[in-house]
Amino acid sequence: MTAAEIGRGLRAGKFTSIEVTRHFLERIDHAGQLNAFITVTPERAMQDAKSADARIARGEGGPLTGVPIAHKDIFCTDGVLTSAGSRMLSNFVAPYDATVVERLAAAGMVMLGKTNMDEFAMGSSNETSWYGPVRNPWDATKVPGGSSGGSAAAVAARLAPVATGTDTGGSIRQPGALTGLTGFKPTYGRVSRYGMIAFASSLDQAGVLSQSAEDAALVLAAMAGHDPRDSTSVDVAVPDYAAGLGASMNGLRIGVIREFFGEGLEQGTGRAVRTALEGFKAMGATIVELSLPNLPLSVPTYYVVAPAECSSNLSRFDGVRFGHRCPEPRDLLDMYRRSRGEGFGAEVKRRIMTGTYVLSAGYYDAYYLKAQKVRSLINADFHKAFNEVDVLMGPTTPTPAFAIGAKVDDPITMYLNDIYTIGANLAGLPAVSVPCGLADGLPVGLQIIGPHFAEQRLLAAAHAWQQETEWHRKLPPLFA
Amino acid sequence: MYDFRQVFGIFPIPGAIVTLTRRDVEAIAHLARLEITEEELPVYAGSLSRILGFIDQLAAAPTEGVEPMAHPLENQVQTLRDDIVTESDHRDRYQGNAPVVGAGLYLVPKVIE
Repeated sequence: MTAAEIGRGLRAGKFTSIEVTRHFLERIDHAGQLNAFITVTPERAMQDAKSADARIARGEGGPLTGVPIAHKDIFCTDGVLTSAGSRMLSNFVAPYDATVVERLAAAGMVMLGKTNMDEFAMGSSNETSWYGPVRNPWDATKVPGGSSGGSAAAVAARLAPVATGTDTGGSIRQPGALTGLTGFKPTYGRVSRYGMIAFASSLDQAGVLSQSAEDAALVLAAMAGHDPRDSTSVDVAVPDYAAGLGASMNGLRIGVIREFFGEGLEQGTGRAVRTALEGFKAMGATIVELSLPNLPLSVPTYYVVAPAECSSNLSRFDGVRFGHRCPEPRDLLDMYRRSRGEGFGAEVKRRIMTGTYVLSAGYYDAYYLKAQKVRSLINADFHKAFNEVDVLMGPTTPTPAFAIGAKVDDPITMYLNDIYTIGANLAGLPAVSVPCGLADGLPVGLQIIGPHFAEQRLLAAAHAWQQETEWHRKLPPLFA
Repeated sequence: MYDFRQVFGIFPIPGAIVTLTRRDVEAIAHLARLEITEEELPVYAGSLSRILGFIDQLAAAPTEGVEPMAHPLENQVQTLRDDIVTESDHRDRYQGNAPVVGAGLYLVPKVIE
């Protein structure tokens, strides 16, 4: 059942939030092998459910009141461990709620717990978590994608009807594609990042992993909007996304990015995506092939910009005010070095060092400034494309889910997983991945990218596709 | 399984050869305040060299006269809030997460002998 369907059932009195919440807590209990959760909060969930039932009984419930949700462990949750998947924060009990958490609670959503993730959101396979890898519900030998891998696995296995995620280079869309979910990344600045542990501040954005576009619309509407506590959150009115879902695809101009359909694309994935494009054509959309010539440079651009920003953001973890401190430091420098050396995992250290190098005196112009200029070129490619088309479409990932352990030894092949998703982050664009088929029994995602603040258009396109197809309703056989 | 070297044939992993030495890694790790063990040094030297070689393909991009892009919010003005106190005092709560505190202060190893 989708979050929207649960909400309707609750308001119609078919079941109570306490019953629904208990159902999901039991499913979580029986799915420990997925390692989708870092913390489960059953007491908090039952309390939330009780309040939600009372609210619904008073006739004050909204579409999400009483509907359970899981939060990625990157969002601060008052009084609950908030680890970011890192040993560094394995003792950190957040003293306040992130705005996203606060707003979804205000909408009456029930918090089930905190989901596993790549350490500090750095990874594309959920293998860098200090709490161990998450397994893909479709095939336990495969990765669920990352970095929001725990949220993706939780929703795919229906341990939660919906979950929050964050997307810096594809961390919502890529796991969404690999687990058969709708993964929505809004426009940069659309959702407040207050209380969301920072990775790369010019790229990070919060979003949703859900079973349907309708669910994404409801949850996004509840979490989006200006927040005075985040100066990068944009003061633009939040539309009623759910109300716009019925928009017709007739006359929609779809741009197909040529660079996304080269030899790099695995065959089954390409086939499913091309079939989806035909489906949109049948709904009355027009298809134009476009070239974004600078897009192939998005991965190297990202691997300058993101590590640079991460090296700066993660300098706050110094063993002084919060987080891990090494035992018996000899002096201050020893304390910094060992606390950080012990607290961070290998990939996080690699990115901090990459960032430190590209920002260091003598290299700044050659790497960081150069990457920011290439970022301008990529951004201009997108703007040019949106003069001609309403949305861009293509695959979300080059292949379906890959085996756990297959790429851990080679950072570059791991980084190339995000080759189709990073562009939208560099340009700050909203983008969504929707299920569009199976390849070798594993889910394939269709990516839809729009201009700034075109969330409504993307959700309508995703919804129209889901009215015509059943891919988003397919469950992993083991969890059906 | 998919061989990514084949899958990404269209995007050749670029050719620039960058070779960081163990001493380079030690210097970077010092700047980043990270302790890296003796055994880890050659591992990071290898993977960081590969990453720097990979990002070196940016060098060939034509960027004369292109403005650097720092963030995606065009035409957005940084908003400033009024200079008034909005937070209340939660020192004890916040210090609950600190490794060592005393008399309301965060304690660190002796800095001045």
